[in-house]
Amino acid sequence: MSIKNMTEEKNWSGQKLVSTDYMLFEAPREKHFMTGSEVLKEAVKRCTVDASVSYPITPQSEAAHLIGELWAEGYVGVYFRGENEFGVMSEVQGCSMAGARTITTTSGPGTLRAMENFPTWSGTRIPCQLVLMARGINSPLSIQPDNLEVSFLLETGCMIWYAENVQELFDMSIAAFTVAEQPDVHVPIITSVDGFFVSHTREAVMLPPDDIALRPYNPYAAPLPPIDSEMPPGRFLRDPFVMKSNYISYATHASWQWEVRSAVERSKPYARHYLNGLAHTTGDEDAEVAFVACGTAAHQAKEAQRELTKLGVKSKVVKLRTIRPFPHEELLEAVKDVKYIFVPEFNIVGWLEKEVSKSLYGKCDAKIVGRPRVAGGMSMPAEAILQEVFENTGLKKGA
Amino acid sequence: MANLGPAHYSPYPVAYYDDLLTPPKGKALLLTEIVDEEVAMGEIAKMMLTRDNATIFPGPQVLYAWNDEAKKKATLIKEMAEVLNAKMIPMYDYRPKYPKIDAEVEINPNHPNLTIWHNDIKACIFVGVHCHYANVALKMIRSETDCYTAAICGLSGHEDAMATIRDQHAEEMAKFIEIAKEVKKELGK
Repeated sequence: MSIKNMTEEKNWSGQKLVSTDYMLFEAPREKHFMTGSEVLKEAVKRCTVDASVSYPITPQSEAAHLIGELWAEGYVGVYFRGENEFGVMSEVQGCSMAGARTITTTSGPGTLRAMENFPTWSGTRIPCQLVLMARGINSPLSIQPDNLEVSFLLETGCMIWYAENVQELFDMSIAAFTVAEQPDVHVPIITSVDGFFVSHTREAVMLPPDDIALRPYNPYAAPLPPIDSEMPPGRFLRDPFVMKSNYISYATHASWQWEVRSAVERSKPYARHYLNGLAHTTGDEDAEVAFVACGTAAHQAKEAQRELTKLGVKSKVVKLRTIRPFPHEELLEAVKDVKYIFVPEFNIVGWLEKEVSKSLYGKCDAKIVGRPRVAGGMSMPAEAILQEVFENTGLKKGA
Repeated sequence: MANLGPAHYSPYPVAYYDDLLTPPKGKALLLTEIVDEEVAMGEIAKMMLTRDNATIFPGPQVLYAWNDEAKKKATLIKEMAEVLNAKMIPMYDYRPKYPKIDAEVEINPNHPNLTIWHNDIKACIFVGVHCHYANVALKMIRSETDCYTAAICGLSGHEDAMATIRDQHAEEMAKFIEIAKEVKKELGK
C-alpha cells in the first residue's frame, strides 16, 4: 500500500472518501464502548492520515501506540518514534510542510520539552494536529489529571479546542483536520482532553463505519508553498528576514505575527459549523449562577447544576469548546444576565478564569469566582463546586 | 480600521480588531461590508481607473506556468492590466532581498511599502500571491501607505485588503475584465 494506490473514490487503505459533513453529521453510527485512547485510534483511522510521529509519555502513550497499530494495519502512511518530544514536534513540522496530513500526541512535561516548536508550527502555517492528553507539569512530578500545560500553549498561535468526553474527542479530532486545513486558517490545532479522565475512561460512543475516511489534505490549497524550495536546500523556517536586521524587517515580523492570530480568528465560522458552536450551554435560561468550564470540569459542573436544580437554584453550564479562538460573543451572550460566574478548573493557576475575566471585563456585571481549582490528580466532586456557590453567593439551599 | 491608510504605526489586522473575516462563498468584502461579487468587481475597477499609478502585483502562482490554470490566468491578467490602464510589478518570490529590493521592478512581501512609496501607487491589485504572503504585505500597506488595496484570490479572500473577491479562477477573471470594461466606458477612460 502506498499513496500511489489513492484514487478519486478511495484512499490507499481502500476506504471510501467522504466529506467531513458526511462523516460527522450524516453517516449512520453504531454504539461502542471505548476509552479516549481507543477512540482516537478510531478517529485517526477515518482521517486518511499521511504521517504520525510518537514519543511515549503518560497518559498519551497508549494513544500513540494505537496510532502505530493503524500504520501496521495500513491506515496511516508513515509512523515513527522521535528522539524526544522536541524531535517529534520538529519532525511533525517537516512532515506537514512536505504536504502530509500529520498528527501527534503528547502530555504534560512532553509539551514543555517541545515548547519552541509550537509557535514555530503556527508561524510556519502548518495544519497539523496535536492531541494533548493533559496531565500537568513538574515539579513535583505528576502523572495525574491536571491541565496546567494548556496555560503555556495559549499564546503559541495554535488553535486550541477542548473535548469534554470520549465522544467529543472523536468528533473534534476529525473536525480539527478539516478546520485547520482551510486555506484561510491553516494553522496547527491542539485538541485537548483531560488525561486519564478521558484518555483512560471507557464510555459509550457513537461511531460511523470504518470503511469511510476523509478526503486527503490538499497542500496546493494552502496559504503558502508546502516547502519553500526557492532557497535550497529547502527553507524550513520562513524567517531569515527577521534574523537579519534588514530595513523594515521588524514591521514584517509584526505583520506576520498578526497574520497568524488573524488565521486563528478566521477559524471561527468553520468551527461553529463542525462543532455545533464554539460554546455549548445547558441548564436554566434565566439562571442566576453560571459555570464556565471546559473539558471534564464542565462535566462536573453539570453534576453541580443538576444538584442546584433540586435545591431550587437556577443555574447553567457554559462549556467552552474552543479556547483559541476564544468564544467571546458566545460567552457574553450566555452569561449576560447571570449574577455569579464560577470557573471550576483542573489546575492551580486558573488560566481559564483569567481568560473569562479578560473576555468579560467591562461588559458583564456578574461576580466572577475562579473556584474550585483542583490539581495534581485531585477529583472535583459536585459537592466541592456547590460549596463554592453557597459560600460566595449568599444563595441558600431551597432558595 | 478596515479603511484606506496610512492607518497605524503597527500593521494591525482587521480580523483581530474588527472581527472582520474573509467573505463567505459567493460573496465579496468591500471594506467592512459583505457584498455581491459583481459589486466588488465594479468598485475595484473604479478605484484602479481613477487613482494614480494603478498597479497589478502578480505573484508566483500566475507568473510561472506550473499548470494550465496559471497559464490562462496569466493571459487574462495581461488583458486586465490593459483594460485598467495599469502597470504590472511582479512579486516573483517571497525571499528577502539584500541589501535592498529594486522598488522599480519588484514588490516583496517583506518590503511592500517601499515599492508603493517609490512608484507613488494609489491603487493596486494582488493576484496570484500565496495568501499568507499577501496578508503579511496587505497589513503593512494599510499601515504605511495611502494605497487602495484589492485582492483577487483563488482561495478564500483577504480581509486585510480594502476589497477582496474569492474563488477567482479564469472564468471569474474574465467576468471581472468585462465589468471593468463597462466601468471604463462609464468613466470615459
